[in-house]
Amino acid sequence: MSGKQQNAGKTAFTFLRNNTVPLMFILICAVCIPISGFSPSYLLNEIITRLGRNAFLILSLLIPIMAGMGLNFGMTLGAMAGELALIFVSDWQIWGIPGVVLAMIVSIPFSVLLGWVCGKILNMAKGREMITSYIISFFINGIYQLIVLYLMGSVIPIAHSSIKLPRGYGIRNTVSLLNMRQCIDNLLAVRIAGVKIPVLTLLIIALMCILIVWFRRTKLGQDMRAVGQDIQVARDAGINVERTRIISIIISTVLAGFGMILYLQNIGNLSTYSAHSQVGMFCIAALLVGGASVDHASIGNVFLGVILFHTMFIVAPQAGAVITGDSMIGEYFRVFVSYGVITLALIMYEMKKRRQKANIGEQLALAQKEEEQHE
Amino acid sequence: MSLLEMKNIRKDFFGNQVLTDINLTLEEGEVLGLVGENGAGKSTLMKILFGMDVIRDTGGYEGDILLNGQKVDFKTPFEALAAGIGMVHQEFSLIPGFTATENILLNREPRKKSVISEVFGERLDVLNRKEMTRKSEEAIRKMGVHIDGDMVIHDMPVGHKQFTEIARELSKDQLKLLILDEPTAVLTEKEAEALLASIRGMAAQGIAVIFITHRLQEILDVCDKVVIMRDGCVVKDVPSGETDIPEITRLMVGRQMSSVLQTEIRDNPDAPIAMSIRKLWVDMPGETVRNVNLDVREGEILGIGGLAGQGKLGIPNGIMGLYDAGGEVTLRGEKIPLNSPRECLNASMAFVSEDRRGVGLLLDETLEWNIAFPAMQIQNKFLKNYLGGLIKWRDEKAIREITQWYIDELAIKCTSSRQKAKELSGGNQQKVCLAKAFALEPGFLFVSEPTRGIDVGAKSLVLNALKRFNRKSGVTIVMISSELEELRQTCDRIAIVSGGRVAGILPASESAEQFGLLMISQVK
Repeated sequence: MSGKQQNAGKTAFTFLRNNTVPLMFILICAVCIPISGFSPSYLLNEIITRLGRNAFLILSLLIPIMAGMGLNFGMTLGAMAGELALIFVSDWQIWGIPGVVLAMIVSIPFSVLLGWVCGKILNMAKGREMITSYIISFFINGIYQLIVLYLMGSVIPIAHSSIKLPRGYGIRNTVSLLNMRQCIDNLLAVRIAGVKIPVLTLLIIALMCILIVWFRRTKLGQDMRAVGQDIQVARDAGINVERTRIISIIISTVLAGFGMILYLQNIGNLSTYSAHSQVGMFCIAALLVGGASVDHASIGNVFLGVILFHTMFIVAPQAGAVITGDSMIGEYFRVFVSYGVITLALIMYEMKKRRQKANIGEQLALAQKEEEQHE
Repeated sequence: MSLLEMKNIRKDFFGNQVLTDINLTLEEGEVLGLVGENGAGKSTLMKILFGMDVIRDTGGYEGDILLNGQKVDFKTPFEALAAGIGMVHQEFSLIPGFTATENILLNREPRKKSVISEVFGERLDVLNRKEMTRKSEEAIRKMGVHIDGDMVIHDMPVGHKQFTEIARELSKDQLKLLILDEPTAVLTEKEAEALLASIRGMAAQGIAVIFITHRLQEILDVCDKVVIMRDGCVVKDVPSGETDIPEITRLMVGRQMSSVLQTEIRDNPDAPIAMSIRKLWVDMPGETVRNVNLDVREGEILGIGGLAGQGKLGIPNGIMGLYDAGGEVTLRGEKIPLNSPRECLNASMAFVSEDRRGVGLLLDETLEWNIAFPAMQIQNKFLKNYLGGLIKWRDEKAIREITQWYIDELAIKCTSSRQKAKELSGGNQQKVCLAKAFALEPGFLFVSEPTRGIDVGAKSLVLNALKRFNRKSGVTIVMISSELEELRQTCDRIAIVSGGRVAGILPASESAEQFGLLMISQVK
């Protein structure tokens, strides 16, 4: 083989190795789409709906990755803050777009507080941010349930009995958001060839992307990138590392709160006790499917990830039903795949680190060989 | 008035005097070369000047530092920076994924205000990329060595990283004094020449430079004066024109030694080769080994010395499989597989690590366990077999006996053989590490920094124990140490490592100056 061919082969191999997960999903989708038998317009409709529903939530993950804190499983905290805000807003009977905007505003103090607590704890557990934030989300879930199940209606005034449990305190399993359902999605929506495009939602998401791009160019963004790559060097240069890390988690939590409100206005009801439970995992899985890793994620990864991951979500149950005659298999498949993707991404990240380490040795050996040839 | 004056600087670390009455003066635009062996106190002196935390945490210092005639006492490096002192450290302090420009202006980026930053604070200012490029180019021009400002650090050759650091200091407008701590250690010859030219350029612009290096020719080439330190004192302060390399070397290493010189040195060129090392490389961070060829003779004590960071520690750690290594190692004709600690131990090699607390000891276990554990694991010693070896039971009695024997033999100070290892003093822990290795009854023993961090009395006990073990049982020992004197006291031959390579092997009876020359030599 000539040198050029060899090089091309090597480049292709590196490309394959770096993009294993997205390529795998493209393959899964390519196989499942024809089997499922969905029409293209139905499929496109579903994908766009889910893009509008989830993209904002996933965007909230980007900033902690930039700050070197890995995949923020603590985004669940923001989701809980968003849910609390929605419960209040629906109790106050403020509906439609004003309701959504008010909920976002109300969620900010909750998100900031939770993000600050989470950031403080993560600063004590540097290098183990992911597992720590994962466990924090379980812990805060307990507090959330205490508030929603016992304190709301008894200590915290809740006026409307429609959202209260019959016993007089605590919130019902489901809070209906029918009066704000898809209010943002439907405003300015256009239909092209039977596909509904929620223009306003997509505009909000686009605005968020621009904000993130802008943020990367600010001093704070630069500091976060520095902290993310080398804490010690950043500290020696006078950057307040701890504060910068806390701010990144707070921003992520606030954005996750907004994202959750957008998500729920699309769904149209709130499962009080379980809506947030898997949101972190699904968002992280989607981001990873888009080709992100623990230390690197771009806006492109977000969109590719949403599209691939949710295409699989849509077609897999149907494809499973067609093949096995049992639609449960698809449901099982999506949870299995989510965990699988996260595990795979974590393993690949570790392998990459090892490979880089081994590279130093290879270079040493190579330099030695060259030296010998000189002699 | 001098730019910098240091008067009667004294510093001790918990009663251990490391600097005694240091006096230094430095004029504007002057280049001062600071030389001395490891542990001579150069780094400590510079840390004091730079206001590093470690100095304050260990009780501060005595004496005065005057900058432009004003007394200063920096609480943090940031205060020193603000006063115009810059320092380029030995380890790189660069963000790997940033460009040279971003690193040069790290946390000092020029910015643009916007409406958002007016509301939310100045950290939301947008970076002014144009101005950043201009400033970094200006600093690079000032340095006089060209580097590409848009190149990302991890794609750079190591020399350019060093230049990026220097440019960072030069980009600070207030810079009056630049400290360069062994900047040429990682540079190629050509790069080093460029750096020396750049130092002269800086001096011409009125910046004073303190230049620390082990390459003495560089000192003579570039410095206006030379300050030689030894054992925490300034032994000589001369204009560089009035001295030469042999004199500096002698002043650096030469110390009065009389009682320590050993009597019995064996140098037997006819002894068979026990271990032969060929083309060894080891990737141990900070102790990289390159292309080492070395023969260890049967029955001798071979010392490996050299300055810190030159790779002497990498040799045993690489051979014993603790760090990534390549090359060929044969022990008495048998090839030793690298990167496999177990195979090394099976080949009856043993290793007393320099990392006593991390690698050497089971801190929370008793002395009995510590001493018997490797022998039990590797050689099935101290075990009673039942049911034809199906069940193995610890032989507590034998373990206690052997532990007690080593406690007496090495004079380990402890309350009983059941005391926990972490409760012992450093010197006694070191003896336990030795006992552990002796209990393996190895055919070949590596001992790394056996006297690090232990007091003088314990030192001679440990060294004597080693020597006795070698002479009695004929075990071949390779001992690695930063202290030349203890190598000359204990070993038969001494190999000096410099720049990751073996600079030379001399009999222990050779003069200290000869070893000193090898230590600072550059091996190609």
